[in-house]
Amino acid sequence: MTSAQNGTTELARDDSENPHGAVTVDQLDLEAELAGDADAIATPETAEYVLWLADDALILAQQLSRWIAHAPEIEEDVALGNIALDLLGHARALLRYAGSASGRTEDDLAYFRNEPEFRCSWMVQQDNGDFAHTIIRQLVMATYMFALYTRLADSTDPALAAIAAKAVKEVEYHRDHAVQWTLRLAGGTDESRTRTQRALENLWPFVGELFRDDASIEPLIERGIAVRPSSLQEECEAIFTAVLAEEDLEVPQPQPSSAGGRHGSHFSALGFILAEMQVLARQHPGATW
Amino acid sequence: MVTTTQLDHARAIAGAVADPEVPVLTIADLGVLRDVAIDQETGTVTVTITPTYSGCPAMETIRDDLHLALEAAGFTDVVINLTLTPAWTTDWMSDEGKQKLTAYGIAPPTGRSAVRGPIPLTLAVKCPRCSSLRTKELARFGSTSCKSLWQCEDCLEPFDHFKNH
Repeated sequence: MTSAQNGTTELARDDSENPHGAVTVDQLDLEAELAGDADAIATPETAEYVLWLADDALILAQQLSRWIAHAPEIEEDVALGNIALDLLGHARALLRYAGSASGRTEDDLAYFRNEPEFRCSWMVQQDNGDFAHTIIRQLVMATYMFALYTRLADSTDPALAAIAAKAVKEVEYHRDHAVQWTLRLAGGTDESRTRTQRALENLWPFVGELFRDDASIEPLIERGIAVRPSSLQEECEAIFTAVLAEEDLEVPQPQPSSAGGRHGSHFSALGFILAEMQVLARQHPGATW
Repeated sequence: MVTTTQLDHARAIAGAVADPEVPVLTIADLGVLRDVAIDQETGTVTVTITPTYSGCPAMETIRDDLHLALEAAGFTDVVINLTLTPAWTTDWMSDEGKQKLTAYGIAPPTGRSAVRGPIPLTLAVKCPRCSSLRTKELARFGSTSCKSLWQCEDCLEPFDHFKNH
């Protein structure tokens, strides 16, 4: 596939500035080689579901990367930056695959969709807040993603299965990181424990949305492509309970959630997140760096 | 007509491309290079690589370097493919690669990649400078996606460890 066909910008190098000399190469066309399938093209229905996953990973990566140079210690700048990078990798692969249904690139989807076209959960849109708030959000999302990708690695959709099998190993590290910090903060000082408790209370209303079933993906579940959200709930809640019980903290009562992220109805924070994430691409369309 | 010699030559050239983040290792040492093939009819060289981690920023540089190295060796028609399956594991790292890492000051992956199960096993990581086994992990995440940060309790030096994956 030439870059002209897939709408990517050729990387023309300048002799004078580049030791590699004048070389022009196509962008890596991940969607074309996924799982060894030369034409992994998503159906419109699958693409819609893939956006749930892609947008969760993309928005969470964007949020976490804000911690770089602001974390409590340099190791956490590095850790949260690494986690954000992994999530961005997942988001790119998922966005490429979702975009294959409509001939759009990962950049088209990341930078040129508006709020109602995003499919991320409300959990990933919650503010970073203090460090405890970010860690509890990580505990929820990494636990959820680990359960989801473990199951999706057996998806009947080869491209989705390939992305999930790759992602699950990385998300396992993320979950471990979040569990360790949850225990440290909950069992640390009065201050860190109070903040952890507050983060649990603030974030728990948004957990329900992750496990809520949705009629729109029912046909995909029947074909073994997608995972039923409610089927992940028990496994995730067992982990939340076990981790928090370790430090005598209780899992807050689950609450009915009116969150509508999977259908483009979003929390007020998303607009601000997108404004920052998309500003450069929209002010300088076609810019490469 | 493509000869076996040409294929071996292309494999050697591709396999010698270094990882830009760990320049002591080639992509063959790492297991990032999955396949090199030459089309009998057209002479097109197809190289298949796999990323170590999903977000690994080295993939684009590796792709460019493969094009350059193969073109310099006379292979003008080159296609680079990226595959995600099977997912990369440190089990594919060559023994030679592990020796090179140690000499470079990075502790190589130990044993087989993490097996998920009820009983997690943590193997000792040997200090690449003084070979002591009295080492501790300082941070699970390090200078690149594939490394963690450790410290030796005998010579006290910090060092990178290539995570089992």
